[in-house]
Amino acid sequence: MQPAIHVSNLSKTYDSGFQALKNIDLEVRRGEIFALLGPNGAGKTTLISIICGLVNPSEGTVLADGHDIVNDYRAAREKIGLVPQELTTDAFETVWATVSFSRGLFGKPANPAHIEKVLKDLALWDKRHNRLITLSGGMKRRVLIAKALSHEPQILFLDEPTAGVDVELRRDMWEVVRLLRESGVTIILTTHYIEEAEEMADRIGVISRGEIILVEDKAELMHKLGRKQLTLHLQYPLERIPATLGAHDLALAEDGTELTYTYDTQEERTGITGLLGDLNAAGIDFKDLHTRQSSLEEIFVNLVRERQ
Amino acid sequence: MNLQAVRSIYTFEMARARRTLLQSVVSPVISTSLYFVVFGAAIGSRISHIEGISYGAFIVPGLIMLMLLTQSVSNASFAIFFPRFSGTIYELLSAPIAYYEIVIGYVGAAATKSIVLGLIILATAGFFVPLEIAHPLWMLAFLVLTAVTFSLLGFIIGIWADGFEKLQLVPLLIITPLTFLGGSFYSVDMLPPVWQTVTLFNPVVYLVSGFRWSFYGISDVSVTASLLMILVFLTLCLGLVAWIFKTGYRIKP
Repeated sequence: MQPAIHVSNLSKTYDSGFQALKNIDLEVRRGEIFALLGPNGAGKTTLISIICGLVNPSEGTVLADGHDIVNDYRAAREKIGLVPQELTTDAFETVWATVSFSRGLFGKPANPAHIEKVLKDLALWDKRHNRLITLSGGMKRRVLIAKALSHEPQILFLDEPTAGVDVELRRDMWEVVRLLRESGVTIILTTHYIEEAEEMADRIGVISRGEIILVEDKAELMHKLGRKQLTLHLQYPLERIPATLGAHDLALAEDGTELTYTYDTQEERTGITGLLGDLNAAGIDFKDLHTRQSSLEEIFVNLVRERQ
Repeated sequence: MNLQAVRSIYTFEMARARRTLLQSVVSPVISTSLYFVVFGAAIGSRISHIEGISYGAFIVPGLIMLMLLTQSVSNASFAIFFPRFSGTIYELLSAPIAYYEIVIGYVGAAATKSIVLGLIILATAGFFVPLEIAHPLWMLAFLVLTAVTFSLLGFIIGIWADGFEKLQLVPLLIITPLTFLGGSFYSVDMLPPVWQTVTLFNPVVYLVSGFRWSFYGISDVSVTASLLMILVFLTLCLGLVAWIFKTGYRIKP
């Protein structure tokens, strides 16, 4: 089956000389939710902007639903809806007018029933006569989504959809995205919240410094991200790890006051109970403990390092 | 052609004008009326006829031109500058719409507004001075061509400007002075010979002269020259707009 988005050998160098994207190859499957993760400045927005027509590519090609985004831009863009990262809306228009305008801009004849459905799905119906300037940030974000859905796109780009959005609205949006996916829309979202990718995505792509570092099924990546560390602050420093604890994956800090245990949250048994029992048996007391999950940022750094 | 999109942009812009009726229509009408009172009634009563036309009537075409140029430029420049400034231009760029369709939508709306305004001012002038229009079709042709040309110029300024100052700069520092010095309020014949020559380098002279000819059959320069000048301007602006979209200048990195 033809992929929804097919990116090959895509590069972008801005006039300033900054190379935002380096030979990107990427395929987004039809009907999936694809999360593009990456630290700030990694090139997420540039990639989306090129696909949607806001930025010219320097090299390479992009096909949206099989249509070249440069030579066959009309057919390509008709398929695409974009929700930008910034809350950019008109000020004095009403919700209804701005969403209807978007539909017209994409060449679709007016369809009040569809606009009504979109507004109701996004809980904007009551606000349809309100001017945009009077809406809260969360409501404006919904309006941007409504605008992007006004022309019934097959492929929807959500650039940081939940940045600065409260928890309740975030849940609502996830629900809307799920409904869209069920109706067959392909969704590409960028985020730097791992929680969001975990909640929503079928597959995950990681981008760093303009390069796609990996593309994997969520389950697989979560397994990698799932590693946690338990740190024990010891009552008395140790010179070395006692042989009786050799079965556990332990590391001793240089000054001997901290023991670090690395484990996998995705596995059925984390081994923590066994470790604590063995510590007790070995007569090792600890005064405090904490656990931490390796942050996404760290994982990116590690991934980049591995590649170099 | 994505006619639906052109229509959407056009109606969106026209709706904006309706919403800001006071500033888009009422204020130009008031300021023009003031010109009539000051120049036409107060000063004009002391100026004898110019080429057989009363001074009040003589300045009507010039005043309409003055409003037409400034309003076309400010309408179109603001219309495209604001989406750039607020960021909503992302939607135009991501829509399945060709550049020329964007231009038709915005420039068409801006030109329509200034043409309507020009006609309103013409009607207003009728309250102050007796009007006669010798060549109504030519009058309309000059009106439309000038409105379209200067709306295109406004569109270019709106894309070039990177702040509100620059947006005001060209209308304030170039268009208004050129119009005032372009024979809106006097006949070029009234100037000393040296200035008559200098004036011929002012493109607005040709616009005002041609427009006045369509009213009273009198002109400072030949009508053909006026028409040519507008067409040269129009071509220049179209070329610039084409270049802007080809290179993505200031809109698409």
